[in-house]
Amino acid sequence: MDTVWIAMIPAILAATWRMATPLIYAAVGEVITERAGVLNIGLEGTMLLGAFTAFAAVYATDNLWVGLLATLLVGVVVGLVFAFFTVTVKANQIIVGVALNLLGLGLTGFLFRTLFLGTKNAVRTVPVLNIPVLSDLPVVGEMLFHQNLMVYGTLLLVPVASFVLYKTAFGLAIRSVGEHPRASDTVGISVSGIRYAAVMIGTALTAIAGAFLTIAHTNQFVEGITSGRGFIALAVVVFGRWSPKGAFWASLLFGVFFALQLRLQAMPDLAIPYQAFQVLPYAATIVVLLSLRGRSHAPSALAIPYEA
Amino acid sequence: MSDSRSDILALAEERKALSVEAPASGLRRRWQVLLWSTLGPIAAILAAFVVSGLMLLVAGFDPLFAFATLLRGAFGDLRVISEVLLQATPLMLIGVGLAVAFRSNIWNIGAEGQFYAGAVLSTIAGIYLGMLPAVVLVPLVLVLGFVGGALWGVLAGWFKVRFGASEIVTTIMLNYVAIIGTGYLVTGPMIEQAGTYPQTAKVAEAARLYRFLPPTRLHIGFLLALVFAVIVYVLLFKTSTGYAIRAAGHNQTAARYAGIDVERTVLLAMGISGGAAGLAGAIQVSGLTFRLYQQISPGYGFTGIAVALLAGNHPLGVILSALLFGALRSGSEVMQISAKIPSVLVFVVQGLVILSVVSYGVYQMKLFGRLRVAKEG
Amino acid sequence: MSDDVILRMENMVKTFPGVVANAGINLEVRRGEIHCLLGENGAGKTVLMSTLYGLYHADAGSIIYKGQPVQIRSPKDAIRQRIGMVHQHFMLVPTLTVAENLILGQYRYWQRLSQMERAKAEIRRLGEEFGLRIDPDAVVGRLSVGEQQRVEILKALYHGIDLLILDEPTAVLTPQETSQLLGFLRELADKGLTIIFITHKLEEVMQVSDRVTVLRDGKDVATLNTAETSPRELARLMVGRDVLMEMPERQGEPGEVVLAVQDLCVENERGLRVVDGVSFEVREREIVGIAGVAGNGQSELALALAGLMPIHSGEVRLNGQVLREWTPRQVSQLGLAHVPEDRHGMAIILPFSVSNNFVIHSFGDEPFSRHGFLNFSRIREYAQRLVREYDVRLVSVDDPISSLSGGNQQKVVVARELNREPRLLLVNQPTRGIDIGATEFVRQRILAQRDRGSAVLLISTELEEIFHLSDRILVMYEGKIVGEVPPDRSLLDKIGLMMAGHRAEA
Repeated sequence: MDTVWIAMIPAILAATWRMATPLIYAAVGEVITERAGVLNIGLEGTMLLGAFTAFAAVYATDNLWVGLLATLLVGVVVGLVFAFFTVTVKANQIIVGVALNLLGLGLTGFLFRTLFLGTKNAVRTVPVLNIPVLSDLPVVGEMLFHQNLMVYGTLLLVPVASFVLYKTAFGLAIRSVGEHPRASDTVGISVSGIRYAAVMIGTALTAIAGAFLTIAHTNQFVEGITSGRGFIALAVVVFGRWSPKGAFWASLLFGVFFALQLRLQAMPDLAIPYQAFQVLPYAATIVVLLSLRGRSHAPSALAIPYEA
Repeated sequence: MSDSRSDILALAEERKALSVEAPASGLRRRWQVLLWSTLGPIAAILAAFVVSGLMLLVAGFDPLFAFATLLRGAFGDLRVISEVLLQATPLMLIGVGLAVAFRSNIWNIGAEGQFYAGAVLSTIAGIYLGMLPAVVLVPLVLVLGFVGGALWGVLAGWFKVRFGASEIVTTIMLNYVAIIGTGYLVTGPMIEQAGTYPQTAKVAEAARLYRFLPPTRLHIGFLLALVFAVIVYVLLFKTSTGYAIRAAGHNQTAARYAGIDVERTVLLAMGISGGAAGLAGAIQVSGLTFRLYQQISPGYGFTGIAVALLAGNHPLGVILSALLFGALRSGSEVMQISAKIPSVLVFVVQGLVILSVVSYGVYQMKLFGRLRVAKEG
Repeated sequence: MSDDVILRMENMVKTFPGVVANAGINLEVRRGEIHCLLGENGAGKTVLMSTLYGLYHADAGSIIYKGQPVQIRSPKDAIRQRIGMVHQHFMLVPTLTVAENLILGQYRYWQRLSQMERAKAEIRRLGEEFGLRIDPDAVVGRLSVGEQQRVEILKALYHGIDLLILDEPTAVLTPQETSQLLGFLRELADKGLTIIFITHKLEEVMQVSDRVTVLRDGKDVATLNTAETSPRELARLMVGRDVLMEMPERQGEPGEVVLAVQDLCVENERGLRVVDGVSFEVREREIVGIAGVAGNGQSELALALAGLMPIHSGEVRLNGQVLREWTPRQVSQLGLAHVPEDRHGMAIILPFSVSNNFVIHSFGDEPFSRHGFLNFSRIREYAQRLVREYDVRLVSVDDPISSLSGGNQQKVVVARELNREPRLLLVNQPTRGIDIGATEFVRQRILAQRDRGSAVLLISTELEEIFHLSDRILVMYEGKIVGEVPPDRSLLDKIGLMMAGHRAEA
């Protein structure tokens, strides 16, 4: 029994980063959105739309690039719609987010059942980059040097997002719009423009997170495949204190729970019912939120529509 | 609202006395308000149908045929109508409860989980306390359903009050916990004797609700839901407790200033909305399914959000919007069978209804702002 | 148009739903002058200048700037026209540094912030040139209010301007800081900058301006050379009648101690000690005024006394009772009534009807509630009685309170609080943002309440109000009470020094 456990550690570590990947894409995107003062709780629906789009596009063309491009496009369109209702119409962001989740669930379910039900529906997946020798290292080898390209993509995403947010005029504008939109307005920054952009970046990355689930992590679409990751990403943003780096590490923490869930469920003859593991990421999310205890670094203007 | 903006508003208010517009009479204004607040939801529904019709067209279906089937599935004959009422029952209860939560500015997205919590507790009673007479057992089952849902709701409320954890995220996470927990019960300790399907045994005869319109399945749960809506209406608008809930929802700081225990109102609102969802779960088990299984709710908790919002979070309005969404659900099942259109489409319609309602709400606020100013004269 | 006119605004009209804010205003400003815009709250000063700065779009009227008709659609246009504005509420992002705030909006979005160093050097140079020394790397949120205002002016200068608008810039300053600012503005004007200075304070107009335009009810009533006018004339123009606010003499001497505060400390959410060892007493039939520049702990003191902020240490005795864990309910049962500073945020519930707002504290008690059910007719009768008594102007008590003017909303709050026959009346900024008529009324009521035997604690940043109403004045600075003075106008200078942190000599 002990040896089985020890043998599992590398696999769990490897799964941790892999399971954290969709959270990282979505949470980093949401960090950018929220730093501009917009709360998008429609990540779950966005992720589903991304997952379905990537799957359908790769299914149709057998080309991963087309899949990713289509996903980005859908992500941007979703962002456009969300921003239209929250920034232009100035509707309550939480309610619009709820609607977006329902739309994502309904649209993907509807399209999947009309287009794909009963077909053999496995698609090509993002290739794994196996770095020889290094990937054979004990314990960490598999985790660090034997992952698919989208997992490695997070190593690019986080510094780029940090750079944009902290080192460019655009990032400065995002941060100022989320803290004090009126001040930004008076120096000629378009609050709406920045918020549209930040929302669309957020939904595009969230859609990519969805794509990861259907064309990298697995090779098919299942209704509700995101299983709450969009909501967990919201908690990741809080736990990561609204910074891309924070979101990365917080995602890894949640990745551990997903990895444990995955591995422990697969363990044969374990006396514990599998639901106990299934529930892990969700229970962990609650525990993490409770542990934060009012320590909040939320942008001041978060979820408040700007009235010019 | 930014500071300068409020300055301007304050200024605008100062100047109202100078406004020259003729005052509208109180009665006329009341009619205007009623008219505009009824037109809105109707327009919202129409908009949702137009958009989803277009979607059907694009997907290669005949939307007119689809909607005709949907209508037939909703209002065809007595049996069909009774099915609509059955579908409307849990939606009504959940919608009424959510109206309370939303009015106190708490975003309870967890009605789904609270529904399960109620269903679980009432099933346990219905199965294991079957020796009790119906007069005792039926109320007990319903009360336990309410209690189960209320506890699940209050838990999230406590997380918010005590730890400052956003109820949006915690209620959603508690949904997963409740559904997975139910999965455990119906595959493990509570699985039926035969053990073929992941479901519990049937609840005792004495735990079942009276079906008053045979041969339809319509049970007194529907009437209970109506009564519940009226009770909550009275609670919200006619009692001091309701005053406190609404005050805290509109302006937490002012409520605190007024000596209202805001933490208590949060717990209370979560208790009522969770309890309502739990009661819905209990009624579903004791009136319709007679047993518990993992998919006992096809997303009632989420549809309930649309139900409450469409009704403007008014308990009596919820009665109507629950009937509408009940018809939609019931009709979509028929549509799925005879027009081969996946019933998940209702989620799309719900999403669209919410978007239309919320946009109209913004517009309406502007409109009423003007009406009010005109009245000031 | 003569050469020396830099700006001419003609027949400016701006309406908000149901309200005419600017009803055809004409304004002419000369190059290099300091031009005051004088008017009461709601006269239309800020709206006119916000229109010039592109924050609002005029319904009618034309702007001629530097001899050219111009369209200013956004602040961006204004900045391009070399117009700068220092707003009453600072337009600074508190989480960013001084330098970041200054360069905000100055670069194209895709540009890197690598020019930051150059910007910092420029900030230091400007600071040297104008005597506004500020560390460019300081986080704005940690600067004092006076420093933040300097950052605002620096920001305008950094953008490069010919015309600077200042909206009530002295509201947040001590008298000393004010005279410093005014002197500095004079220097800027001497260097050729044109300055428009919005204010409702007559002394400032007399002290700083070359010319003054008086606004009333959305119209310009006169433009005068400051040297040729008097405060009295300006006051008459501003209000439209002679102002005479005689307050009645106090009747009776102070009685028993109602509120005794001993070494009170309050910490804010960030753990900063905002009220730091404050001790004082308030007696029956006495108004104690707390003076001070905004943000020196007065608000927190009031909130702590009202049970809305936790007391960190010290003792508060109300009516002889000591309470550690105050709740607003307990405090009000001990006889405290509270007219809070933030009317919209705290004192009323905007969507609720006027009558419901009258019972905000007592809705759950007899006779407004019986067995948990609200008694609407009792609530309505009660509201109607107070509405008559306090002369609240409204159509029906069933209408939402948001439909009332600010002055009438404040009357509702004052009526509600005074009618509770408080032992201690806590009033914070009771006349902010309301017109002269309502101000007068509210002040009379506060005095009357004192004469009926209540103890009154008055907090105000308007020195004029403090002098007008108080029997004793305490000055607060950085969370401490730095001295006590009698309400003698000859002590204005002394109070000014105290407000800037100089302790009173014993």
